[in-house]
Amino acid sequence: MELAQMQKSLQDYTKSLFLEGVLDSQFLQLQQLQDESNPDFVSQVVTLFFQDSDRILNDLSLSLDQQVVDFKKVDPHVHQLKGSSSSIGAQRVKNACVVFRSFCEQQNVEACHRCLQQVKQEYYLVKNRLETLFKLEQQIVASGGMIPAMELGF
Amino acid sequence: MASDGGVSCLRRPEMLNIGIGGMESQPLDLDEVHVLAVDDSLVDRIVIERLLRITSCKVTAVDSGWRALEFLGIDNEKASAKLDRLKVDLIITDYCMPGMTGYELLKKIKESSSFRQVPVVIMSSENVMTRIDRCLEEGAEDFLLKPVKLADVKRLRNYLTGDVRLSNGNKRKLPEDSVSSVHASPPLTLSTDSFPPLSPVEIFSSPLSSAMDDEDDDDVLTSSPESSSSPEDSPVRRQKMRSPGLD
Repeated sequence: MELAQMQKSLQDYTKSLFLEGVLDSQFLQLQQLQDESNPDFVSQVVTLFFQDSDRILNDLSLSLDQQVVDFKKVDPHVHQLKGSSSSIGAQRVKNACVVFRSFCEQQNVEACHRCLQQVKQEYYLVKNRLETLFKLEQQIVASGGMIPAMELGF
Repeated sequence: MASDGGVSCLRRPEMLNIGIGGMESQPLDLDEVHVLAVDDSLVDRIVIERLLRITSCKVTAVDSGWRALEFLGIDNEKASAKLDRLKVDLIITDYCMPGMTGYELLKKIKESSSFRQVPVVIMSSENVMTRIDRCLEEGAEDFLLKPVKLADVKRLRNYLTGDVRLSNGNKRKLPEDSVSSVHASPPLTLSTDSFPPLSPVEIFSSPLSSAMDDEDDDDVLTSSPESSSSPEDSPVRRQKMRSPGLD
């Protein structure tokens, strides 16, 4: 594929993530922190987010599967996931966490199970999308091209 | 709940090596602004560290209030010997942390004769008025709503160089220097529900103070962007104007 075409694809793809609400402007903030001295900043932070989130989701599954659910353990996990997803711009994950927390407050186990599924769904979605995005970037860089600046005037 | 076990604490104010390329130790430079960042979230620590470094601060990032006190030497009385080498110009801390909250850390710092003059900024993902008030009353210089942005950190940086006052007082309009970047070109003007418009005012202006006061609610937000805020308003409270989502 031609370089210009790849760059266009990347832009369109990124744009779609914003339009779908999968990412919000905080992701752009992260991109602003990337430069020649830190060319992989975004993917590095996002990778850490994935590692962190995998662990948290695992802990949450375990906690909610207990005979007696200890919400004092569940809520901080959700809070943490909410925070980190917010920090990287994973808007839908963050929003799902907000809903999750409200059910934690109510100590509604059944609803929390549903919330966990919802959070997981949103998380796997953004994970998948971002991995695709990074692959597109890598292809461009491998072809000797530059990642195009985000033009979001639409 | 950092996954790195908080090993990122150094006793000397040198650049922190946290495993991301480009961070190496540097000798102490007394002219540079040195910031101590405290956050239990690894992702947030990395982001705040980068935000600070990109605004020319030296950063030491730790994962808990205890480590912060340890770093400052407040937790024991051997502080005086270290004072010559330890120069901290700003402490920025998360509010919600296990063990010691940012508020508790703030109190300890303000009780310390060596460090009570150091400005402390609190960060929180929750825009709770009573929490903000409590921190400010305890002597916090400012309160930032997470996720922290480059504009927030730039404002802090300007404050430290004496250009802008953070709390009520004489404020100057911040220079409208675009956040220069390779990737984003502000202003962003999307007009979809899921991505609220980000006007230059929101990027560069000071926060507003009309948050709802409801401590029971998580993420108390108003959904009406108040784009008429003047950049000269006191940036004491940060009003998040975004995401009319599932909050």
